[in-house]
Amino acid sequence: MDKVMTAPPGVWRRLLRNPSAVASMITLAVIVILAVFGPLIFQTKPHEITGAQFAEPSLEHLFGTDVHGRDLFARVLEGARISLLVGFSGALISFFIGTTYGMIAGYAGGKVDAAMMRLVEVLYAIPRLMLIIVGSFVFDSKLKAVLAGLGSGELAAYSKIIILIIALGLIEWLTMARIVRGQVLALKSQQFVLSARALGQSHVKIVVRHILPNLAGLVVVYLTLTIPAVILDESFLSFLGVGVQAPLASWGSLLNDGREAINPVKSYWWLLFFPALVMSLTLLALNFLGDALRDALDPRRKR
Amino acid sequence: MLVFVARRFASMIAVLLCVVTITFFLVRLAPGGPFAREREIPKAIEEQLMARYQLDGPLWKQYADYLGDLVQGDLRLSTKYRDRSVNELLAQSLPVSAVLGITAFLLATIVGVWLGTVAAVRHHTVIDATAMFGALALISIPTFVTGPVLALIFGIYLKWLPVGGWGSPISLVLPAITLAGPYTAYIARLMRSSLLEVLGQDFVRTARAKGLTESRAVYRHAMKVALLPVVTFLGPLAANLLTGSIVVETIFNIPGAGPFFINSVLNRDVFLLSGVVIVYCTFLVVMNLLVDITYSILDPRIRLNG
Repeated sequence: MDKVMTAPPGVWRRLLRNPSAVASMITLAVIVILAVFGPLIFQTKPHEITGAQFAEPSLEHLFGTDVHGRDLFARVLEGARISLLVGFSGALISFFIGTTYGMIAGYAGGKVDAAMMRLVEVLYAIPRLMLIIVGSFVFDSKLKAVLAGLGSGELAAYSKIIILIIALGLIEWLTMARIVRGQVLALKSQQFVLSARALGQSHVKIVVRHILPNLAGLVVVYLTLTIPAVILDESFLSFLGVGVQAPLASWGSLLNDGREAINPVKSYWWLLFFPALVMSLTLLALNFLGDALRDALDPRRKR
Repeated sequence: MLVFVARRFASMIAVLLCVVTITFFLVRLAPGGPFAREREIPKAIEEQLMARYQLDGPLWKQYADYLGDLVQGDLRLSTKYRDRSVNELLAQSLPVSAVLGITAFLLATIVGVWLGTVAAVRHHTVIDATAMFGALALISIPTFVTGPVLALIFGIYLKWLPVGGWGSPISLVLPAITLAGPYTAYIARLMRSSLLEVLGQDFVRTARAKGLTESRAVYRHAMKVALLPVVTFLGPLAANLLTGSIVVETIFNIPGAGPFFINSVLNRDVFLLSGVVIVYCTFLVVMNLLVDITYSILDPRIRLNG
């Protein structure tokens, strides 16, 4: 029983032989460590307004400064913290919803399955992000009031982030549900499930003890691929000014600042370049790692 | 076929009704209301304003009235752009968004299918590997990175193309490429893996065995089947292009419906906001119906019973 929970043999070996997977893992490790410990090590002050407006990148300001003289390096690190936090937590929420939904649909089969999958199709086809924009705007002020009531005003500043995590978790589970359902449908008719049923085990037990462990690998792959999707959504909203609010920074809001600072007269290229670079590297690494994981878990699939 | 279309039509209406209801109540539940910014206005005037825009009375009655107006095709007045109806505002901005969206749609489909086919036919070559590496890179990098970077390179440094605005076809180049980029890559990946699978199947071997040229076997026989997954993606593609166009229109200062949508959220412009959401959703639902019908024509094995 314990054995099925671990990765199939050879996955690590195959993963480590794939140069793009190794490069992705190193990149991600560096970015995550910098995001988590960077602000402590470098004692950055992402909100400190100084007189050094639009300073070019130098040793003092590694990535330069923005219109308010704030250190861009500090702000990119803060952006990394927020974007990664939203990405990981949002992906976890959609992972729970998607897996549960997919397992129920696949295991129940028949009409229940058809109805549940039809709903997924409908959700795929509506502009979910637009509804999220409207919804987050409404619930943000409500949550802000609740958080302010709980005590410090400090907490209220983070209400938008909490809303974003929940909202994005609620929309990014569709692919996960589809994949899990397909896999459950295939597993359901296999011998070990049939014999478990013949032994008189309950449905819940069959799903939890026999089917779930067999989904582990697949689910990890799609979790890896959902994180960049959620980060992308978050920055999308922040870029448009309806996500993370100033003075907090996210990669999306930094990119928007950078875009506005570019004009034919004088372009402050670093304001666009550094957030774009760090964000693209992170998303690339996550996507490449997810792809490599998928190939490693199922070598026959690699084409 | 007719039964299928009728059924889908009914479910289409149901989906739209849900979207309208959710949007309406979400917006109306938002604290503040559309006139909250103007704090100085006396109570009486605010009440008068609310009455003028039919925002007074019990919520359910407002909702019922609004549905009634919608059925007649009236999207009501904007509360921000005073005295202009939502229909008028959308009539101006939607064609702009449509031109951008359709260009990007065609670009993504045609280039994506072409790239995917080339990669699949040249499987295990440098071309294949490069194309797929590039595709994954394009999927990972968001349009709000590629857009400003393209504008910086081709607009500001090289001065080849305009960085924004609307009017001449040349101003469409950068926005359309930016918007189509990630979806071109997605379709290329989809097309490649689907074509590779089909190329290994028996009927393609038969086609080759009976002496057809390789190109004929690929383009006449395999392509037709391999296109199916791409066709199913066209519905979600339209949805993604719609949301994506909001960002691209903002980046390149294009007077489409996207900026209106964002502003209407910030201004709590109730009816403009619902109007954009409803029009976009209607378009998408219709688009999906068309995709389903196309799908069934391409693959007679699919039974229409949704």
